Amino acid sequence: MDMEFTAEDLAFRDEVRAFISENYPQELRGKQDEGDELGKEDFLAWHRILHKKGWVAPAWPVEYGGTGWTPTQRYIWSEETARADCIRLMPFGLSMVGPVIYTFGTPEQKAKFLPRILSGEDWWCQGYSEPGSGSDLASLRTKAVRDGNDYVVNGQKTWTTMAQHADWGFFLVRTDPDAKQQEGISFLLVDMKTPGITVRPIITLGGEHEVNEVWLEDVRVPVENRVYEENKGWTCAKFLLAHERTGIAGVASSKRGIERIKDIARSEQDGDRPLLANPFFKRKVAELQTDLTALEFTELRSLAGEAAGRPPGPESSLLKIKGSEIQQRITELALEAVGHYGAPYFRGFGEGDNEHPIGPDYAHRTAPSYFNMRKTTIYGGSNEIQHNIIAKMVLGL
Amino acid sequence: MDFTYNETQGMIRDTLARFLADTYDFETRQKMIATDAGRDPGIWNALANELGLLGAAFGEEHGGLGGGALENGLLMEEFGKVIAIEPYLQTVVIGGGALKTVGGAQAAAHIPGIISGETIIAFAYAEPQGRYDLANIHTTAKADGSGYILNGHKGVVYCAPWATHLLVTARTGGSTRERNGVELFLIDANLPGITRRDYPTVDGNRASEIYFENVAIPGDALLAGGIDLIDKVVDEATVAVCAEATGVMAKLHEGTLDYSKQRQQFGQPIARFQVLQHRMVDMFMEVEQAKSMTTYATLHLDKPALERMGAVSQCKAKVSRGAKFVGQNAIQTHGGIGITQELAIGHYFKRATLIEGQFGSADYHYDRFERLVIDEAA
Repeated sequence: MDMEFTAEDLAFRDEVRAFISENYPQELRGKQDEGDELGKEDFLAWHRILHKKGWVAPAWPVEYGGTGWTPTQRYIWSEETARADCIRLMPFGLSMVGPVIYTFGTPEQKAKFLPRILSGEDWWCQGYSEPGSGSDLASLRTKAVRDGNDYVVNGQKTWTTMAQHADWGFFLVRTDPDAKQQEGISFLLVDMKTPGITVRPIITLGGEHEVNEVWLEDVRVPVENRVYEENKGWTCAKFLLAHERTGIAGVASSKRGIERIKDIARSEQDGDRPLLANPFFKRKVAELQTDLTALEFTELRSLAGEAAGRPPGPESSLLKIKGSEIQQRITELALEAVGHYGAPYFRGFGEGDNEHPIGPDYAHRTAPSYFNMRKTTIYGGSNEIQHNIIAKMVLGL
Repeated sequence: MDFTYNETQGMIRDTLARFLADTYDFETRQKMIATDAGRDPGIWNALANELGLLGAAFGEEHGGLGGGALENGLLMEEFGKVIAIEPYLQTVVIGGGALKTVGGAQAAAHIPGIISGETIIAFAYAEPQGRYDLANIHTTAKADGSGYILNGHKGVVYCAPWATHLLVTARTGGSTRERNGVELFLIDANLPGITRRDYPTVDGNRASEIYFENVAIPGDALLAGGIDLIDKVVDEATVAVCAEATGVMAKLHEGTLDYSKQRQQFGQPIARFQVLQHRMVDMFMEVEQAKSMTTYATLHLDKPALERMGAVSQCKAKVSRGAKFVGQNAIQTHGGIGITQELAIGHYFKRATLIEGQFGSADYHYDRFERLVIDEAA
């Protein structure tokens, strides 16, 4: 056991650093830092560069376009991209439906969809939650009825992130209304341009348009777009959720978040000392940093298990719980750090307002980020559901 | 990066685990504690001579197996699982650690005795006024000819009643809290002028107040390295105690889980209640994070001092908080039976409670981390 990088690892790190500094788009630099709202083209710009390099899907098996990196190299990659403040790629294709397709899909589905996920040609969204099915996902009611070579889908999905940009969506639908809840569900790939689909924005607390309602009215989906067997979609859903949870720890970007808080707290004055010298504030930073170290090494232990051939299991719920709590505490502390200047609401200004911005730059997005990040303990299976998963699957309760 | 144990390490752990499963059940432990000596010396002898485990963390040049901090951690975790009352921490981790660091003739003179089980070392560092500050020391070692004269009072010296040797911190110069002038001495435990007041501790161990009155010690008792050496040795001990804590906490969690499945209330096992399920998940997460932190700190023990101390303090702060959380919730989930002497669970809770403060509380270590890491970068 050791935590040293080998000479190859260090060479890889230098290669990654050089690549990022030479290729990360100039216009994106600093964008993540200030929490600017990113558009579709922003995400795709970086996505396409990585695809060209062959680095867009480090976690995928090599045969489908993965990089074949060791867990250490993947760790270095996430560290370096966070260190350089690179924007995070949208997970819906690369981390969610991609692994489902290469694990459960037909050869035709793999050939059709995987290359376009890698290239960024298709933007994906996730049709899981419904107005009546949040934590109790398996109670979903959107139904798909077989009609010749099509399913006819009717129902409503909600919290569909970035559906306003989506070319394709992966949907959980009920194909057998009489079966036990989990057993009558199928996993469908739906072309978002199909007639009968309506996407309506939901504006969240920070003023962002991230999530949407998606209405489906007599939407015809070819049977060939069903992944895995009919009524076995829950298997795909569970697989995807476990996959989603490992990436969800967000260790590298939380490290940057803590450094940002320290920078703010060095600039902000608290009487005759910087805020970072306030023992109460400093203690909160120290606790946060310590909890993040614990999360990081828990993730590394889990990656080591993965390298030894143990797939991510229910213990990844731990990474989701602790990772999301830390993400929230970071935004909470940032808002606390900026004092008065958390208040100005920049969307409250009219278009074309050229006045000098109010307050320090680092304060602008602290309140919206804090509000927005309340989502982290709710999405991907709420933290209470993660507790249930560990209780059942790990502790045998 | 590699987070797996090698084959030898796995064997070392399995050997100790099997031995303790055979010899160290809860009733036997309680009987050992109740004897006059407060322990069964046969266990230590067996660890040394039947199993050869006391050499696991020493180099082959001293007759050891060539291991180090990782081996200490593995063994301490197993000791934690049975809340062992053996002097491994004091003798091997602390005494052995200091000797390995100074090396040379002193190491060659003492390490073989540790490995064979003849030498038992107690670490006399704490003083009544000092709290966790290793430099807050009144005890003096005044140069006298080729040796020193020791005077002072050391408090709560674990394992001292069993010790053949004492590892003592004392001042050769400087004022009470000054770092300069603090030195480490390894001396015979029965020199004239040493008096002990022995007592049991609340976690089932034995300890002593030790008084030095004009104790003449030889010059080669000095393990050169001053407070930096003491910092290093105590950091290694701190991580070893965290490893012990992971064993103690795992057992607290496991015992609680088992009990909740048996205990019936309202016509069903209390494990069915979601409020208790989520609490046990929270306990599980603390156990896992304690393991992660212990791994993290262990792998930092050979780093430069600042990095090492930052990592050790993060580890101890997190483990102290976790030990409290897991211990208190284990008792709460057991209900009334948890606060009796009858079940093992309460005895694990007592050890967990003392581990919280051993070599510094969470507050102490957050302070040290802030001073070394956050202030430094400011």
